Amino acid sequence: MTRTEIRLAGFGGQGIGRAGYILGKAIALHEGREAVFTQEYGPESRGGASSSSVVASDEPIDEPFAEHPDIWVVMVQAAFDKYVSRIKPGSRLLIDADLVETHDLPERVEVLAIPCMRFAEALSAKIAANVVMLGCLVAVTEAVVSAESLRESIRTSLPPRTLQKNLEAFERGLAFGLELREGADNEPVRTA
Amino acid sequence: MYDRVLSGIHFMSGNIACAEGAIAAGCRFFAGYPITPSSEIAERLAARLPAVGGTFIQMEDELASSIAIAGASWGGLKSMTATSGPGFSLMQEHIGYAFMTETPVVLVDIQRGGPSTGLPTLVGQGDMMQARWGSHGDYEMIALCPASPQELFDFTLRAFNLAERFRTPVLVMSDEVVGHMVERVEIPTAEALEIVERHQPPSPPEELTLPYHTDEVNRIPPMAPAGEGYRVNMTGLTHDERGYPTMNAEGQDRLVRRLVGKIRQHADELELCVEDGIEDADVVVIAYGITARVSQGAVRRAREAGLKVGLLRLQVAWPFPDARIARLAESARALLVPEINLGQLVREVERAAHGATRVVAVSHAGGHYPAADTILAAIEEVNK
Repeated sequence: MTRTEIRLAGFGGQGIGRAGYILGKAIALHEGREAVFTQEYGPESRGGASSSSVVASDEPIDEPFAEHPDIWVVMVQAAFDKYVSRIKPGSRLLIDADLVETHDLPERVEVLAIPCMRFAEALSAKIAANVVMLGCLVAVTEAVVSAESLRESIRTSLPPRTLQKNLEAFERGLAFGLELREGADNEPVRTA
Repeated sequence: MYDRVLSGIHFMSGNIACAEGAIAAGCRFFAGYPITPSSEIAERLAARLPAVGGTFIQMEDELASSIAIAGASWGGLKSMTATSGPGFSLMQEHIGYAFMTETPVVLVDIQRGGPSTGLPTLVGQGDMMQARWGSHGDYEMIALCPASPQELFDFTLRAFNLAERFRTPVLVMSDEVVGHMVERVEIPTAEALEIVERHQPPSPPEELTLPYHTDEVNRIPPMAPAGEGYRVNMTGLTHDERGYPTMNAEGQDRLVRRLVGKIRQHADELELCVEDGIEDADVVVIAYGITARVSQGAVRRAREAGLKVGLLRLQVAWPFPDARIARLAESARALLVPEINLGQLVREVERAAHGATRVVAVSHAGGHYPAADTILAAIEEVNK
């Protein structure tokens, strides 16, 4: 099975949809693999927590929705509380270190805490927290997408005037993710 | 955003791909009333059409939208509207009108759960019979069923070509999932696209006395553009070759038989489907749109389990591929028809199979596509 399901969850306006789009585009256009991006649509996406998802595969994708995500990206507490019951055992969870406290996780979930918002604020670009997260995501999930593909996707998906900040945010997340991964090779992974 | 054809490889939603397919086909007029889950088509065309010299009008409702596109078509423009279930219901009158007046128009239905307001944001495939029979009287419909954003581009373009070629309304029957999902879409160069232009009268205006006269073979009259001096009467009343009302049984039978016949006689050419391992299959899954896509996964898994299962993916629902289904019914032990409705095209499959094999529906009233697990379980059940 080459299928990988990734779900990104956050608050309306955090760029959860944009992050999913950038990720899906990186895979579909720059990795030469199949990818489908979908967004939660309808009343549940208006205000409050919402999510988007990317399914990646080497084969044509039959079912477009990420029903059983292998990787979760959660940017705020409300989104975590909403989706925690859908996190499956053995999956990987990336959270904003300062904005999400985990609870009630199933077994064998690998949790990676990244201070996305703090890094984004340090760049005076709170809106780029989602891109910090993408940088980190690529570091810990290289099999899904490469850093260069994501950079290329960011360049063609975001307004030119915000590009520099977003690329900085991406590199910040990437560097942090690589540190995390090195650390994980030396120590037991923090699990719930 | 200013190129006529956005040639290149994109990561694009089905609805945006639909709008781009229309522009690439030469659509220069869109009249519509926004409705979930089709609104992105109107939104995109509102931005794109003025940039290519076209016109976008947000109308007061779907009745007005569907008749405005007919008017624009007579004015010489390729025209389109897009909607979903409730709007599609309102457009039925003018679909019949476009058929009777032989007006090339394209209508896109991004299906959601119905009836009535139903599930505005969630998927359905419950308009398939309405696509065929929603307007009154006898007619024949061409309806295409895309299963990916790429096909929403390709089939919208194809719909324009068919509408112009046959002088008839053509439907693109998609669904919420395909409309909203974002995937790779390849748009060819303008030069590589095959575009069909309207067949215009060979004679000058003063010599065109029988605008609805046709040859005996194709039975499709050329279409005179308005404003160039041609005198053409256009009416939803039964009419003769001059376009004048003929209020009698003979004229009615002659006209309606020709209108229906010009499409029916080309049914073989209109047929479009993808066959996957159906030759020696015990069970053949017959599906369209998002359901066909999900069925591919179920069929693959059934084969991995050693079952002989095929898939027939319908890319055109109307005209229905009767002969092909009849042949399948001779060779397969069962035909399985998953749909996001409580049984619509399955009835057509039953009709075409003519009792030669078992036909089984896998139905759901809407809100989600059937899981591959559900289709797989149904395959295993009929294979027992």
